[in-house]
Amino acid sequence: MTAYAVRRLLVIIPSLIAITLLVSLIIRLLPADAVMVLAAQQGFSEEADLDRLRHELGLDKPWHEQYWDWFSALFRSIPEGKVDLGYSLRTRRDIAGELKTRLPVSLELAGLALLMALAIAIPVGVISAVKRNSWADYIARSFAIMGVAVPGFWLATLVVVWPSVWWRWSPPSVFRPLHHDPIANLSFMWLPALLLSLYFVGFLMRMTRTMMLEVLTSDYVLTARAKGLPNLVIIVRHALRNALIPVVTVIGLQIPVLIGGAVVYETIFSVPGIGRLLIEAAQNRDYPVIQAINLIIAVVVVFLNLVVDMSYAVLDPRVRLAGGD
Amino acid sequence: MEATGAELGYRVHPLSRLWDATKAVWTFYSRQPLGAFSLTVLVVFALMGILAPVIAPYPYAETDILHRLEGPSLKHPLGTDNLGRDVLSRIIWGARVEMLVGLGAVAISGFTGTVLGALAGYFRSRLDWLVQRYVDIQMSFPGIILLITIISMFQPGLIQVMVAIGILLIPAVTRVVRSASLAVSSMPYIEAARTLGAPAWRTVLRHVLPNVFPPVMVAVTTQLGQAILIEATLSFLGYGVPPPQPSWGALLGPEARKDMLKAPLLSVWPGLAIFLAVYSFNMFGDALRDVLDPRIRRAMSRSPLPRPFGQGHRRPEEKSRGHRPFPLPVGRRPRQPRY
Repeated sequence: MTAYAVRRLLVIIPSLIAITLLVSLIIRLLPADAVMVLAAQQGFSEEADLDRLRHELGLDKPWHEQYWDWFSALFRSIPEGKVDLGYSLRTRRDIAGELKTRLPVSLELAGLALLMALAIAIPVGVISAVKRNSWADYIARSFAIMGVAVPGFWLATLVVVWPSVWWRWSPPSVFRPLHHDPIANLSFMWLPALLLSLYFVGFLMRMTRTMMLEVLTSDYVLTARAKGLPNLVIIVRHALRNALIPVVTVIGLQIPVLIGGAVVYETIFSVPGIGRLLIEAAQNRDYPVIQAINLIIAVVVVFLNLVVDMSYAVLDPRVRLAGGD
Repeated sequence: MEATGAELGYRVHPLSRLWDATKAVWTFYSRQPLGAFSLTVLVVFALMGILAPVIAPYPYAETDILHRLEGPSLKHPLGTDNLGRDVLSRIIWGARVEMLVGLGAVAISGFTGTVLGALAGYFRSRLDWLVQRYVDIQMSFPGIILLITIISMFQPGLIQVMVAIGILLIPAVTRVVRSASLAVSSMPYIEAARTLGAPAWRTVLRHVLPNVFPPVMVAVTTQLGQAILIEATLSFLGYGVPPPQPSWGALLGPEARKDMLKAPLLSVWPGLAIFLAVYSFNMFGDALRDVLDPRIRRAMSRSPLPRPFGQGHRRPEEKSRGHRPFPLPVGRRPRQPRY
């Protein structure tokens, strides 16, 4: 298993490098750069000033040199036990430090949403399969397809607007980190997380239902039934456990969507995560920040996918991971 | 269904063809009511988009500062926004923008994805490996972040948004077409074509492509809905089609949200339009899948909605029964286990 993990990690390094290269190339292709945006906002436009600023920020070098500087600094910093992702062109702050406070917030949002989605989708999916073609089933399935088609930002807008009109209630607006004040944090986070989870509830429920239907007609469930096991034991221990394996695969495939979706809700609910940072950085053409965020997200996605792949071995004893023990 | 004259290779009168087409549409409407409903909704949206200059009661950018944030009235059926613009007109014009972005994006993804997928599946060589790595890498990255990164770098515009979304959607098509092409390429008729000495390009063009067409149609229909959803999300975040062009997402965007508490109904209409369009494309794609590829088991298909009773289709679960120890008498349905 360890050998498998190491091999997988080695394979992904080239694709991570490819992603950062591509991003850094694309963002430097454009006409207006960070300095011009800065100048437009600060109200100076002397060509000499712009050039001086570009030189100060190192933007006058060719892009491959800029990339190499950024990349080699990152590479050298890792053995020293820290991560050097460069400095923001805008705030001149250390990007790694900035990400360290923001990444956990985004991950908390995504993780909470996933937990909520599983907590809703799996029981509903199981009931929907066990009582198939009943009213409960029809209602659950109708809601599931709506969950996939409803634009999340619309729901979020409705949730912000209507309770405020009807009951003068609006979601809390001050964010507190989880380790400072868990209750305040959760009372802030539950709403964006719940909305983010709805999309996943939709298809996780459908997936659970489909897989349960397959498994419930299998021979070993028939055997369990013939042995006279109680229904609950058959459903939970024999059927659900097997039905969940493909569900885990789907979760793995949807991790990028989950993280992407977090961007939208971070914007609406002012959650100080990396999504909002990305949008601010994109407005200011803050290259190093954009580049760093893309890299971090790629790392997170790849790592989570690895975790999902390894969890097969735990869930399903029949699976042996190639390249290991 | 009986084979039509044209399918059997007879020369047929054009009117007869028209009759066949009418019958096909009728069959679709009666067998797939939900798909047909979706198709109707989509046709209405398409007409809205095409006829926008004719049917929109006001120009989309006409402001009327004296009548801002009004509720629904006879003059403005859906009210006015924070600059006094007629919301109904903006939604009608928005349909045009959404349809354009959707069609443009899907044209890009459909064409590129089909070419890449068909070739990768047919040649199964280093090209296949490369294509698969490309698909893996792009699919493992959050699309919206890629889009914001790309779009924020160019001057915003309709074409840019179209291209960016198109690129984002390529891997999904590629994947579908590749697996279809893999299956088709191992068919005897492909081997026959090769044996007869047909060059590779001809085999791909004449034999592989027509046979991977049905899944492409399904993928592309669903993607039209996705493209609209993505465009709306981008516009909502302020990265979509630039103002003053009205996009459904922008109607809910930061500008519009400032005064939404004073006219809360403004938050309803654009979202409803997006939802209806996306939902219809999804359902129509599902119906299309059922019609074009009857081999796919309903249980695995994406529609969780029940098939209306009395439509002459078997329930999906019964098809996947697998091996039964004793042959059952014809005409008796096996008893379902009770849970």
